[in-house]
Amino acid sequence: MINYVLRRALMALLVALTVSFGTFALFYFATDPAQTIAGEDAPQEMVDAIREQYGFDRPVSVQYVDWLGSVLQGDFGQSYFWKQPVVELIQEHAKVTIMLALLALVVTVVIALPLGISAALRPNSWVDRFALTTAVSAQAIPNFWLGLMLIILLAVTFPIFPVSGDSSWRHYVLPAFVLGTSSVPAVMRLTRTGLLDVLGSDYIRTARAKGFTGYRLILRQALRNALLPIVSVLAVQLGHKLGGSIVTESVFSMNGLGRLAVESIFNSDIPTVQSLILLFVLTFVLLTLAADLINAWLDPRIRMG
Amino acid sequence: MTITESVGGNELTSEAEREQAQLGLTPGQVAIKRARRHPGLLVGFGILLVMALFAVLAPWLAPHDPYLQNLSLRLLPPAWVEGGQWSHLLGTDHLGRDYLSRIIYGARISMMIGIGAATIGAIIGVTLGVIAGYFGGWLDQAVNFLVTCQLAVPSLLLIMALVFVIGQSITVVIFVIGATHWVFYLVVTRSATLRIRELDFVAAASAMGCSRLQIAVKEILPNLLNQILVIFTLEVAVAILNEATLSFLGLGVPSPTPSWGLMIAEGKTAMFFQPWLVILPGIALFVLVIAINLLGDGVRDVTVTNRRS
Repeated sequence: MINYVLRRALMALLVALTVSFGTFALFYFATDPAQTIAGEDAPQEMVDAIREQYGFDRPVSVQYVDWLGSVLQGDFGQSYFWKQPVVELIQEHAKVTIMLALLALVVTVVIALPLGISAALRPNSWVDRFALTTAVSAQAIPNFWLGLMLIILLAVTFPIFPVSGDSSWRHYVLPAFVLGTSSVPAVMRLTRTGLLDVLGSDYIRTARAKGFTGYRLILRQALRNALLPIVSVLAVQLGHKLGGSIVTESVFSMNGLGRLAVESIFNSDIPTVQSLILLFVLTFVLLTLAADLINAWLDPRIRMG
Repeated sequence: MTITESVGGNELTSEAEREQAQLGLTPGQVAIKRARRHPGLLVGFGILLVMALFAVLAPWLAPHDPYLQNLSLRLLPPAWVEGGQWSHLLGTDHLGRDYLSRIIYGARISMMIGIGAATIGAIIGVTLGVIAGYFGGWLDQAVNFLVTCQLAVPSLLLIMALVFVIGQSITVVIFVIGATHWVFYLVVTRSATLRIRELDFVAAASAMGCSRLQIAVKEILPNLLNQILVIFTLEVAVAILNEATLSFLGLGVPSPTPSWGLMIAEGKTAMFFQPWLVILPGIALFVLVIAINLLGDGVRDVTVTNRRS
């Protein structure tokens, strides 16, 4: 088990390092931060002076190591645009995004699990067809458009919820629903196929032969095993919700990390963009690592194999 | 032909084998026969055909020039709403441009970007997948690592940053979306290659003196076409949604291109009084994407296996 944990952790670290270097190099070759800081029509001498002063003239690997060193000490640099430390910016915006992502995950689970389970219990019935139709439609609806439709319907025509903002729990209802539905198809399909596989397996047949029936059988024997892969998918989906928050927060004008990302891209605020990418990658890597470990803990076949 | 059939998908279902044996049909004929009985596939294909026709024939079918502004006819509602005009069936936008014409031309943009991006993703993913599956070893591990990295990146954020840095244009959007959507192709190609590699006809080709590259291109790739086609279809839909999202956020195709996502973004400011500006392009997007997905799911059902997942 310890061996397995170490191997997974090392892999996660390697991925985080590679991706952060990749994006760092990308911005290094594609942008000129000295020009950005100096302004579009600053004289060449000034741009050169800034380049030298900030050390932008050094090779990319040196700058990366330098940047990584500061990041490890908790210094994500200074935002070019907001003129304050990126750490502060992230702290100010993180709460909204974390709230939103977690609530969205709840929405996903509450919709997808019951749908998937009832579809698997009665394959090819109307429930199954309804679940499949829901999945196919949810996959095809542009997320931002669903948000706008809900605003028109439930915030303007029937003013039940506020149009935009993040100051009360009511502001979170529509965004969480929008962000949550985006993961429903994947989780629903997985629940359905997972449970179908388990229900067709030998030990369920044995349990049935022994006289276990109905919900007791499903809850106690089948679901436990069918839920295994769902744990990891949920972790991955929670990671995706960070990316999804970019769109949802923009639609509902919520002051979270996603909107911060959009605005910093528009303002060529490279340190902020870079820190956010790193933060998102780290979160994702840690979530998948956690999922792997939970799975290994639940399923001995994984940690032994 | 039997080789194609037995390795192209997972295992052939017994039903299909029986069907084939009884009637003496080729696998292609079986697929077409099954397709005719597959409502999802037929509906998807039908809708897609109509939309593709509109996209191709846009210059002849659109009633107006999609770029022509007419400020005296700004924000006309659709014709059936009070105040609408039958010469502008779906009304006009904030610059007085005919909305129906823009939506018809929008189909062009969406399909172009969808097909372009999915093609680029396919080239990257299939190449890497065949390499990883056929050669194995450290190459396989390297490719595997690349996949893990790609999956860890928040792709929308990366795409946005890239488009902003390189510059907003249709070509850039196509390449950036394609370059970040190849994992699906890779995973499937890799495992299929691993399976095919062990089959007799590959050994035969190798015994006849074919090089590894020849085997990969001439023996293995043709057997993967079914699966690649299915993924390609689904990735076109993903790319279309991605483009719309990007354009909605203002980091996709530049204005005044009639992109549905961009039209929704432009309509958003007038959304509360002229909701059709947002509703109509969204419906167009939804219908196109759902048609493509139905087609993709259907093609998978009739060519690969009988079970849906």
